[in-house]
Amino acid sequence: MADTATATAVDHHDDHGHSESFWSKYIFSTDHKIIGFQYLFTGMAMGLIGGFFSYVFRMHLAFPGSEVPFFGIVSPAAYNSLVTNHGTIMIFWVAMPVLIAALGNFLIPLMIGCDDMVFPRINRLSYQIFLISAIVLIASFFVPQGGFGGAWTAYPPLSSEAEYNGTPFGAPMWLIAVTLEIVAFLLGGINFITTVMNARAKGMKLYDIPMVVWMIVIASILFMASVGPLVAGAVMLLFDQTLGTGFFDPAAGGDPVLWQHLFWFFGHPEVYVVLLPAMGVVIEIICTFARKKLFGYKMILYSSVGLGILSFFVWAHHQFISGVDPRATYLFTTTTLLISIPVALMLFAMIGTLWGGSIRFTTAMLFALSFIAEFLIGGVTGIWLGSSGTDIYLHDTYFVLAHFHYTFVPIAIIGTFSALYYWFPKMFGRKLNEFWGKIHFWGTIIPFNGIFLPLFILGAAGQHRRIAGYTAYPDLYTENFQDLRVFATGSLIVLILFQIPFFVNFIVSLKRGQKAGPNPWNANTLEWVAPSPPPHGNFGDDLPQVYRGPYEFSVEGREEDYWPQNEPDPGPSETSK
Amino acid sequence: MLEYFLPRASSFAGSIDHLFDLITYLVMFWFLLTMAFFFYVVFRFRAKAGQKAQYVTGEKHKEKMAVEIPHYLILVCDLVILIYTFKVWHEVKIDMPEFDEEVRVISQQWAWTFEHAGADGILDTDDDIVTINELVLKKDTQYKYELQALDVMHSFSIPVFRLKQDSIPGRNIYGHFKPILEGEWDIQCAEMCGYGHGFMPARVKILPADEYDAWIAANTPADAANTAYANNDESELKEASNNG
Repeated sequence: MADTATATAVDHHDDHGHSESFWSKYIFSTDHKIIGFQYLFTGMAMGLIGGFFSYVFRMHLAFPGSEVPFFGIVSPAAYNSLVTNHGTIMIFWVAMPVLIAALGNFLIPLMIGCDDMVFPRINRLSYQIFLISAIVLIASFFVPQGGFGGAWTAYPPLSSEAEYNGTPFGAPMWLIAVTLEIVAFLLGGINFITTVMNARAKGMKLYDIPMVVWMIVIASILFMASVGPLVAGAVMLLFDQTLGTGFFDPAAGGDPVLWQHLFWFFGHPEVYVVLLPAMGVVIEIICTFARKKLFGYKMILYSSVGLGILSFFVWAHHQFISGVDPRATYLFTTTTLLISIPVALMLFAMIGTLWGGSIRFTTAMLFALSFIAEFLIGGVTGIWLGSSGTDIYLHDTYFVLAHFHYTFVPIAIIGTFSALYYWFPKMFGRKLNEFWGKIHFWGTIIPFNGIFLPLFILGAAGQHRRIAGYTAYPDLYTENFQDLRVFATGSLIVLILFQIPFFVNFIVSLKRGQKAGPNPWNANTLEWVAPSPPPHGNFGDDLPQVYRGPYEFSVEGREEDYWPQNEPDPGPSETSK
Repeated sequence: MLEYFLPRASSFAGSIDHLFDLITYLVMFWFLLTMAFFFYVVFRFRAKAGQKAQYVTGEKHKEKMAVEIPHYLILVCDLVILIYTFKVWHEVKIDMPEFDEEVRVISQQWAWTFEHAGADGILDTDDDIVTINELVLKKDTQYKYELQALDVMHSFSIPVFRLKQDSIPGRNIYGHFKPILEGEWDIQCAEMCGYGHGFMPARVKILPADEYDAWIAANTPADAANTAYANNDESELKEASNNG
């Protein structure tokens, strides 16, 4: 393994020498695949923490005042900290590392046919900063007065003054952790964009790039363009917390609403930063398992670029009722409803890809199909909230919560699982067990709807988010509503239990799974040319050459229903298009 | 659909509910159509032995149109929603009708203070009635409210009114409502405001004119102690809420 890697002798391989120790191979590696795994496993571990938090506060909501097994009594301070850090972890330490960093690192060099990222050491630095950020966040739960509890949006003055939030150490640590995490992803993003633009295999034109790679690149550009204001705001907020400045303090001439603008200017594009890679994953999988060419490659690509641009002009829909000039909502409600068009276009193109296909229901495909169906629910429920008129009522209710979980769970959970079932053979050389995969699939999808459909009803009935105790509200503490809360909590526990087969399957399949050849799914893209698992350097001495687009399935006149990108044309009569 | 859960207790609640219903009909039409089509496609094109998939690029004019035309129709639906949204938003948040009564709403960690204008209908006079966590309103009367925050952001939310407005320290935010139904309902804080965020419940009590007048008469302060509130003195208010 190490020999073939050093044979390709690019400068960064010199770090390793011939005999790699455990440390240099797995901990301080510059190999993009190992860094991808580091992100993947860190993200999954953080996902367990975030999932545990949701279990604790859902139990508290279903059975207020009673002791939660494995946790104890949930105090209001603990409740706020749990919901705050659940949101923060799931977005910054699960969705982003798994979807962008893990998949981007693992897939980009393999799919564009090169031996590694163009900046392998920056890549390693990116993960190391990310790891530190995760440690800082976890440490913040254990400092005196506990972790930050001012919601993941961290609106000042609550977040800026310990007198109000009660967490003099937790709040700054939370902010430092988030800022470090952002720095890590800036480094990663630079790497992704540069690699894709400069290191593609010979013959791979822009329209031959697999869609998931495009999506990660567009997401990285969106992230880099939107995150600047947030970093500036985070530093200002940190100064407000620790040095007593007054950027967001009205008594000192500051403006707390400024933070909301800076936060959401990043926060809304951020949704698309994680959405696009998940869409890319789903596109790869439905093309492979429907044995179909992607319907409207350019249409999807241009839609996602348009979506990205439009996403910079919708941020204030999070602030309709926050005291901004009410006339501004005319603009933002318009852009928000318009953004439904490119998203719908992409979903329709996915369904168009299925049309006329020959669909194989592997576990990866089931997850990919359920992404389309579930994300559609998340997408359409956004219309009620994007309309400023109904948002007056629905803002900050459980309707919002259910809506964005119907977008983020398909993205971060369903998208990730479909990617894992699909690329596991490439990552580890063996397939995940399909039988247990399907049990895991149904055990995830059914309870997922069981959690959040009742919450739409609670939200429509006027129940607000982040309320630790409904017992104080006679209109909300009724038997019917409590039944819905118990049902949602029960569904969550079922969902968590059904993750056990997945983890067992994952570990057992690493050693005993069915051996996969280089191309177990008969797919076209370049990662399936490399051996499974690919060695350091990926393709050995001969980097692949590209002759056609990534989705040439079921081409008429060919015996096989797939046509790998690197296979030369048989004769001069056929063109690569 | 919302009146199934909560009555409409303000003059504009009906408008918001109608907008909600309009969106529900339009969205549900497209949603169910898309879902039905999706499941039909997944079922119809399942893999069968000896049958190869079709080769379709989606780049031909006819194929592009098949995807684009539904989107023009969706765009039309978006426009319908937008126009009605603008109308509702203008009614609730921009338009400021002539008002008969004034009330000041002060939010703080973790209580609501309501300053009723009292018998003379003018705020900051000696006959103001200050209550903690209880807002008393006269039915069928156009109100103007003034919203303040003393420490962090809160959000003044009365679900039966379909009304919500964040309060911001350092700003006075104005709005309006007109209660149209007698009864008593919850007021919630809708913006995370610290440990006690879930524990600052208040109630809105809507009384008919005669009962309201009786309430005014019974609660109008006789002594001058309450004038402190009229000057909107922060420390006194905090103290008052702590006692309350």
